[in-house]
Amino acid sequence: MTVLEVNKLTKKFGGFTALSDINLEVKPGERLGLIGPNGSGKTTLINCVSGTIRDYQGEVVFNGENLNNLVAHKRARRGISRSFQIPKPFSSMTVKQNLLIPLEYAVTAEQLDGLTIEEHADKIMEDLELKDKSDDLTGGLTQIEMRKLELARAMALKPQLLISDEAMAGLSSSEVDDILKILIALNEATKITIVMIEHIMRAVMSFSERVVCLDAGKVIANSTPNEVIKNPAVEKAYLGE
Amino acid sequence: MTSNNKFYSIIVGLAVLAYLATALVDNQYYFFAGFAILQLMIMALAWNILGGYVGYVNFGSAAFFGLGAYAAIFVMEYFKADLFTQIITAGCFSAIVGLATGALTLRLRGVYFAIATLALLVVSETLILNWDYVGGAAGAYILPKRNPTVLGLLIVGKENALFGNYKELLFFVLCIFGLVTIVICRLIERSKFGRGLEALRDNEQAAESMGVPTLRLKLIATTISASIMGFTGGVFPYYMTFIDPISAFNLDISVNALAMPLIGGTATWLGPVLGAVVLGTLQQIATVTISSEINLLIVGLFLVGFVIFAPDGFLGLIKKFRNRGD
Repeated sequence: MTVLEVNKLTKKFGGFTALSDINLEVKPGERLGLIGPNGSGKTTLINCVSGTIRDYQGEVVFNGENLNNLVAHKRARRGISRSFQIPKPFSSMTVKQNLLIPLEYAVTAEQLDGLTIEEHADKIMEDLELKDKSDDLTGGLTQIEMRKLELARAMALKPQLLISDEAMAGLSSSEVDDILKILIALNEATKITIVMIEHIMRAVMSFSERVVCLDAGKVIANSTPNEVIKNPAVEKAYLGE
Repeated sequence: MTSNNKFYSIIVGLAVLAYLATALVDNQYYFFAGFAILQLMIMALAWNILGGYVGYVNFGSAAFFGLGAYAAIFVMEYFKADLFTQIITAGCFSAIVGLATGALTLRLRGVYFAIATLALLVVSETLILNWDYVGGAAGAYILPKRNPTVLGLLIVGKENALFGNYKELLFFVLCIFGLVTIVICRLIERSKFGRGLEALRDNEQAAESMGVPTLRLKLIATTISASIMGFTGGVFPYYMTFIDPISAFNLDISVNALAMPLIGGTATWLGPVLGAVVLGTLQQIATVTISSEINLLIVGLFLVGFVIFAPDGFLGLIKKFRNRGD
């Protein structure tokens, strides 16, 4: 039983092959770490999964449904949510209004468990410690608040699969711990599947149940965190010969 | 009284006032000037639906306006249609062209989209220039029907009619249409559709990833915007009683349509209204006192001034002063 299956995924930008024959399976409720040096294809892979890029070869299957013909917003409505490496808030809106967009556009009445979308947004902001910023415009948020907003907005979509793209980049050590705590709590409370793309090894290793390493568009390791970190191919990808 | 009731009361009040003006004001110049300002206002409001709410800069407003005008001419020539049929046909035709243009161009962004809309303007003008049935380059004259009636009611006539002449009727029609456009814009701003547009203006990729059907929303916005421009164009030939491609597809129409919201403020419907009323009035004063040639210079100077010193327009300035007061 898998929630996400990526089969023989290849993506080329002109003559450059960003992803080559990628196969990946993610189980429901799993915490998967996706690592790899810069330019290895991590973000391209999630762009293909989330539908931002659609002219790829191969297939993306979510809950048994082939998503190849679905545009990004339809994939989001199916339950695939993502945060962005460089935060992309709706800057003319307040923090709460940012969360209301996915709640209004992608979440069905049944998914709200009898709550209004406003109450739901309040609950998510409480979980992510953003309640006191509810009516602030996003321009005044600190780096960690911005990262939390990215995650909060992704969670507002009520996803089955959350893809977190470098949610900890640029954060201090204690802030990284904060985000980690939130992600683990979300995974345990809601049983959603989380794919975490991250360069901070300490975070990936403590978060992930399984780690996949990409290098030059290929999967070079797919195992437990301890095994991946000892893998000579991974070491070579990061440190060279 | 709730803000909604207040708003709609003002709208109804303005409509009544417009009708009373046609009955009580004798000087026809006021209707001429009022018509010009209303035309600017409606075009600005229509431009703002795509340019302000969505952030897609449309340089082709004059294409939708001109095609509306010529759709009206066509149904008048071919079907001998009355004024209201002409106006409705104009709006519907421009809506279809807007939808088709949107489908072809809305995948483009930024300056590429702007250039594509400018190309639409050139193509439309060239087509009409070479189509003799609607007058071609020589233009077409419109002879308004004498003593038109609707449901047995005399609309225009010297005695016992709703309006004394066509200028008054068309001023009133455009006034009602302007008020309806304001209502449409306000409804958009307060709807789920409007919030979706705002999200996609802020960040299209993030909006799409959050379940917002960005292409569909952009197409709806383009269609509404184009149809409003078409309706406005549909009234134009009747008002001028002569039309040619140079005046119907004039780049000034596009420049004014985008300058008014940028000067007034793009965030809400009030910006284009403020921009059009202030600048339109200034243009009319300049036309009477100096020369009509100076109109575009006024708009240009205001535009440059606002872009540099008040990028959020009149609305931004008002907000700034209010915050200072607090």
